[in-house]
Amino acid sequence: MNTDSPAGLDGRALACRRGGRAVFRGLDLRAAPGELIVLRGPNGSGKSSLLRVLAGLLAPAGGTLAWDGEDVAEDPARHRARLHFVGHDDALKPTLTLREHIAFHAALRGAGTSDPAAALDAFGLAALANMPARVLSQGQRRRAALARLLAAPAPLWLLDEPTNGLDAAAADGLARAVAKHRAGGGIVVAATHLDFPGADARTLTLGAAR
Amino acid sequence: MNWHRYASPANFKRLSDRLLPWAAGGAALCLGVGLWNALFVSPADYQQGETVRIMYVHVPAAWMAMFAYANLALAGAATLVWRHPLADVAGRAIAPVGAAFTFLCLVTGALWGKPMWGAWWVWDARLTSVLILFFVYLAYMALNAAFDEPERGARASAVLALVGVVNLPVIKFSVDWWNTLHQPASISRLDAPAIHSSMLLPLLAMAAGYTLFFVAVTLVRMRAGLIERRIDALQQQHLADAERA
Amino acid sequence: MNAAFALIARDVKLALRTPAETLTILAFFVIAPTLFAFGIGPEPQVLARVAVGIVWVVALLACLLSLDRLFQAEADDGSLEQLVLAPAPLELLALAKCAAQWLTTAVPLIVVSPLVATMLQLPDEAYGTLLVSLLLGTPTLSLTGGIGAALSVGARKGGALLALIVLPLYVPVLIFAVAAVEAAVAGLPVRPHLFLLAGLGVLALTVAPFAMAASLRQASE
Repeated sequence: MNTDSPAGLDGRALACRRGGRAVFRGLDLRAAPGELIVLRGPNGSGKSSLLRVLAGLLAPAGGTLAWDGEDVAEDPARHRARLHFVGHDDALKPTLTLREHIAFHAALRGAGTSDPAAALDAFGLAALANMPARVLSQGQRRRAALARLLAAPAPLWLLDEPTNGLDAAAADGLARAVAKHRAGGGIVVAATHLDFPGADARTLTLGAAR
Repeated sequence: MNWHRYASPANFKRLSDRLLPWAAGGAALCLGVGLWNALFVSPADYQQGETVRIMYVHVPAAWMAMFAYANLALAGAATLVWRHPLADVAGRAIAPVGAAFTFLCLVTGALWGKPMWGAWWVWDARLTSVLILFFVYLAYMALNAAFDEPERGARASAVLALVGVVNLPVIKFSVDWWNTLHQPASISRLDAPAIHSSMLLPLLAMAAGYTLFFVAVTLVRMRAGLIERRIDALQQQHLADAERA
Repeated sequence: MNAAFALIARDVKLALRTPAETLTILAFFVIAPTLFAFGIGPEPQVLARVAVGIVWVVALLACLLSLDRLFQAEADDGSLEQLVLAPAPLELLALAKCAAQWLTTAVPLIVVSPLVATMLQLPDEAYGTLLVSLLLGTPTLSLTGGIGAALSVGARKGGALLALIVLPLYVPVLIFAVAAVEAAVAGLPVRPHLFLLAGLGVLALTVAPFAMAASLRQASE
C-alpha cells in the first residue's frame, strides 16, 4: 500500500470525455471512511458521469481512481463488490414483489444471507413487501430502489439523485440509513440538485471551475 | 509505441497527404494496364469464350471482399484494445468499400453465371458464402450507424467484426457442406481456370489496382471521417460554451 | 455462481408471471407454418419435402422475436447497470440471461414442434432427430442471438437491426440441423450432422459470453 494514499476513495486528476467533448478534467475527489460527499452542479456538469466513473461503469479518460491506495482498475471485480450504485432508474420489474427484488439483489451481490424485511422496513415499505412493483407510486418505487442499499453490505454508496420523488418522511429514512452507514465507516457519494439530508456533508461543485 | 505516433489525427493527415497521390496514381495505372490486358490482350478461354474476361473483375473482387474484411477486423481490434478514435474512423471508412467490392463480386458472379449456368443466380458454394459476407457487411454498417453516439456505434460494430472473424469460416464451412449435400459435384465453380501466364499478369494487375484503389478510397474516407468528428466536437463545444455564457 | 442461478430463477419467474409473451411466440411458431401451407399448397409430398426446413426457419425466427427484449428490457428499467456492477463476472451473468431465454422460449418451442411437424407431414422416422436437433441447436441460437441482442442495446430500430445482425450468424445452425433431419428421412447416418451441431454450440459457448459482456459494458457506460 502506498503511504501517501489515504484510506477510502481517492480519485486524482480524473477526466471524462463523452461524445468527443470533455465533461470534466483534472478533478480530485477524496473520501475517507465515514464521509458524505454531495456532488452539485448544473445539468450537464458531469455529476452523473463522475458517479459512473467512480462506479467503474465508465473508464476515466485520464487520472487514477484508488481505494485504500490500490488502483481500482487493477481489480475491477473487487471494486464492483465494494459498491452500491443507485442510478436514475429504479431497476424494478413490474411483476416482482419488493421482497423478491431485495432478495434477488442480495443474491446478485453475493450476500450470503439477507434480511429483505429489515431493508424494506428501513424505508417504510414493510407493509408493501408482497406487492408487485407495478402498483407502487413513484416515491415508493424510489424507496424500493434505495432499500437495495441495505440488501447486502458494501462500503461505498454511489447515489444519483436519490431524493427524486421522495417526500420528507422518506428523505428522513434515507438520512438515517446514510448516517448509520457512515457511522459504520461507510462512504457515500451522492449527486443531487435538491438538498441532501445528512450532517456535515462535504460539497463538491462541478462545472463551475472551468 | 510507434503506432501511437502515427495515430494522432495531425500525423495521420500528414502521412495520408504523402500516401494518397501514390495510391490513387498507382490504382489508376494498375487498373488501366490490367483492364487493357484483360479485355484485349489476354486470350479467350477455349471453353468459356469471351465471358472468361469477367474473371478479371470478379476474382480480385472476391479477394478484396475478404481483404477488406480482414482490415475491418483489425480496425475493430484496435478500437476495442486502444480505444483510438482513428481506429473507429477506419472501421467506418472501410466497411462500405468492402461491401462495394463484395457487391461487385456478386454482380459479376451473376453476370458470369448467366452464360455459364443459364441462370443469374445459382446457389454455388462460393457465391453463397460471399452473399453471407455481404450480409455481415450490411449488419456492420447498420450497427455502426444505429446509435446517437458514434463512439458506441464504432465499438459495437467492432465487436461484431470480431465475432464475424470467428463465424465467417464456420459459415463458409457450413455452406460448403450444404452445397455438397444438395448439388452434384459436376457443377463447375466460378474460379480462375488453370492459370496461364497471359492471364496471370492482368489478374495480378487488377488485384494490385483494386488494393491500391481500396487504400486510396479508405484514406479519403478516413480523412472525411476525422473532419466530421472535428465538426461534431466543435459543435458540442460551442453548445457547451453557449450554455455557460 | 449463485448470482447466475438467481438471475435465471428471476427471469423464469418473470416469464411465468407474464405468460403472454411466451404464448405469443408459441402462437407465431404455430401460425407461420400454416402460412407456408397456404403458400406452397396442401400436397402431402411437397409439404413433407420442405417440412424440416420450415420448422427450423420458423423456430429460428421465433427465437429471434424473443431475443429483442433480452437485454433491452434490462437497459430500459436500469437493471442492466446493476448486472454490470454485480461482483460476479458479467460473462457469467450474460450466459445466465441466455440460459433463461432458452428455458422460457426454446423449451416451449421444442415441446410444440412435433405438432407443427405433423401439420407439415414430416415423415415419422424423422421426429426423434428433429427433437434432438432442436435440443442441440437452439442453445446456439440463444447464445448467438444474445450477442446480437447485447450489441443492439440502445440502438435505434432495435428489432430489424437484431435480425440483420443475427440471421447471417444463424446459417450454420440451420444447415447442420436440417441436414441431420433430412439424413434421418433418407435413412442415412445423422450423427455427423448432430456432432457438428453440438460443435457449433461449444463454439458459441466460448465466444458469446465475452462478446455479450463487452457489448453490455459498452451499453452501460
